[in-house]
Amino acid sequence: MSTYYKQLAQRIQERFGDRISSAGISLGELTITIDKGCLLSIAEILRDEADFAFEQLIDLCGVDYSDYGNGRWEGPRFAVVYHLLSVTLNHRLRLKVFVDGEPPLVDSVNGIWASANWFEREAFDLFGILFSGHPDLRRILTDYGFIGHPFRKDFPLIGTVEMRYDPEQGRVVYQPVSIEPRVNQPRVVRDDHRYVDRELPAEK
Amino acid sequence: MPEIRNYTLNFGPQHPAAHGVLRLVLEMDGEVIQRADPHIGLLHRATEKLAESKPYNQTIPYMDRLDYVSMMVNEHGYVLALERMLGITPPLRAQYIRVMFDEITRVLNHLMWLGTHALDVGAMTVFLYCFREREDLMDMYEAVSGARMHAAYYRPGGVYRDLPEHMPQYGHTRYRGESGTQRMNANRSGSLLDYIDDFTQRFPGYVDEYETLLTDNRIWKQRTVGIGVVTPERAKQLGFTGPMLRGSGIAWDLRKKQPYEVYDKMSFNIPLGTNGDCYDRYLVRVEEMRQSNHIIRQCIEWLRANPGPVMLEDHKLSPPRREEMKGDMEALIHHFKLFTEGYTLPAGEVYAAVEHPKGEFGVYLVSDGANKPYRLKIRPPGFPHLAAMHEMSNGHMLADVVAIIGTMDIVFGEIDR
Repeated sequence: MSTYYKQLAQRIQERFGDRISSAGISLGELTITIDKGCLLSIAEILRDEADFAFEQLIDLCGVDYSDYGNGRWEGPRFAVVYHLLSVTLNHRLRLKVFVDGEPPLVDSVNGIWASANWFEREAFDLFGILFSGHPDLRRILTDYGFIGHPFRKDFPLIGTVEMRYDPEQGRVVYQPVSIEPRVNQPRVVRDDHRYVDRELPAEK
Repeated sequence: MPEIRNYTLNFGPQHPAAHGVLRLVLEMDGEVIQRADPHIGLLHRATEKLAESKPYNQTIPYMDRLDYVSMMVNEHGYVLALERMLGITPPLRAQYIRVMFDEITRVLNHLMWLGTHALDVGAMTVFLYCFREREDLMDMYEAVSGARMHAAYYRPGGVYRDLPEHMPQYGHTRYRGESGTQRMNANRSGSLLDYIDDFTQRFPGYVDEYETLLTDNRIWKQRTVGIGVVTPERAKQLGFTGPMLRGSGIAWDLRKKQPYEVYDKMSFNIPLGTNGDCYDRYLVRVEEMRQSNHIIRQCIEWLRANPGPVMLEDHKLSPPRREEMKGDMEALIHHFKLFTEGYTLPAGEVYAAVEHPKGEFGVYLVSDGANKPYRLKIRPPGFPHLAAMHEMSNGHMLADVVAIIGTMDIVFGEIDR
């Protein structure tokens, strides 16, 4: 499988040249990182050319890297990750676009893969990433009138508001959270010797 | 002449046919749908965010609660992602057990879908029949994991424990006599495998029963043939997977195309639809139940002949035995470390997908080398299906919306996460 993906990586690199920032295979999966400026042109070629034929956008999600490796991350804060699947050629591809700035802004791939519509709304809702050209960029998973983007690393796990029924007013009211944040198991990074020699495991 | 306006109708979130908490805002022209706008998120629990604050193993039970009618397959997707990152392969027996329970879960899910879909469309009997069989399948879950639904049975490195040698039996009560209890315990006298074997022999007959009730039923066909038609091109564009894609005639099944565990050793067929309407998707799913039954039988045969370990002996990942812990200091440390801090994963990212009863269930995991996931993204199969609600229902009548929701096999646990 991995030799196949090496060839695919080569073909992609030949086709796009320096429009691709990096391409790498790990765990038998091919990841290419591209600049956000050429996202739409590359996406369209990946879908339409018979060599690649990625007809399906399986998943689209945001990642907030601000806390990566306990704050050792240098580089753009957000990434939008696209998982593509070709039903005809039976291969997959991960496409990564890094974005910075507030608000982060990427082109919408809604016109290329219709399934992007809701996934982009989700990434907007949870991470506050804007997708220019999206026909209907509304919140999708959070409450009506929600403030903030809950999956950002600086958004507290316990949230900011809580809801309860107020018997005096006879209705449901929102108020600031009354619980304390709590960490049961601290987050630790260990230099596990088992992983030292295993940069690219599971090479088949 | 009175002014003719579109009428806005709120469907759900309390509507019984909304399969949970779907709020659908429908714009109607008379009884014809002009625009359907699903409002989701009423069951959003931020599973992915919660996972970021917990060691890896503590997220397994959350997976059960995603799609709460196909619990073990969700776990499978997550556990598979962990195993790929760790670079481990579970013992062969564990892989067979997983495949068997994946297929039991598929039957469980399709029975739930068939029952509720038929109930929504107006056939009460099928619902009762389906739940009769689901009871047996839940008993299998209970026997193997101790829980009827939220099993937390799959673990990285294998499964929690081996299949039990004895099936739990019904006790005597004063409401049923001696003979009644004996009759209920008749197929529970042996091991769990005997019980499953007995079920797989009965099950094809049950599927025939459902088919007599529905397949040639005039009302059923009137309600489903030609409703919610999706062409193969659109199905691919809209990100459909699983029976929704196969109903449109595209031969795509991860169990065949990108096999995981021991699916490459199983013989089974992939049913395909031709028209891409609700009726074809019904036929596809019913045939999938028969194929699942066939796979379960192959697993039983193998599992009977091949006893062995079901979990890796690596105590960095799997707990040591209780007896060892009492005498061995190192085993005690391993146990303590595993259940408090857990284990760390190498830095990197992985996407693991399994063929969920509803489509492709994917887990995208980003790790920075810590004992907790840096980012976990669950790719729920129902999410893109529901996103196509407008396209599938546009121009149909109001009553067809119910049939379309039914055919999508919507469960809000996974869509809202």
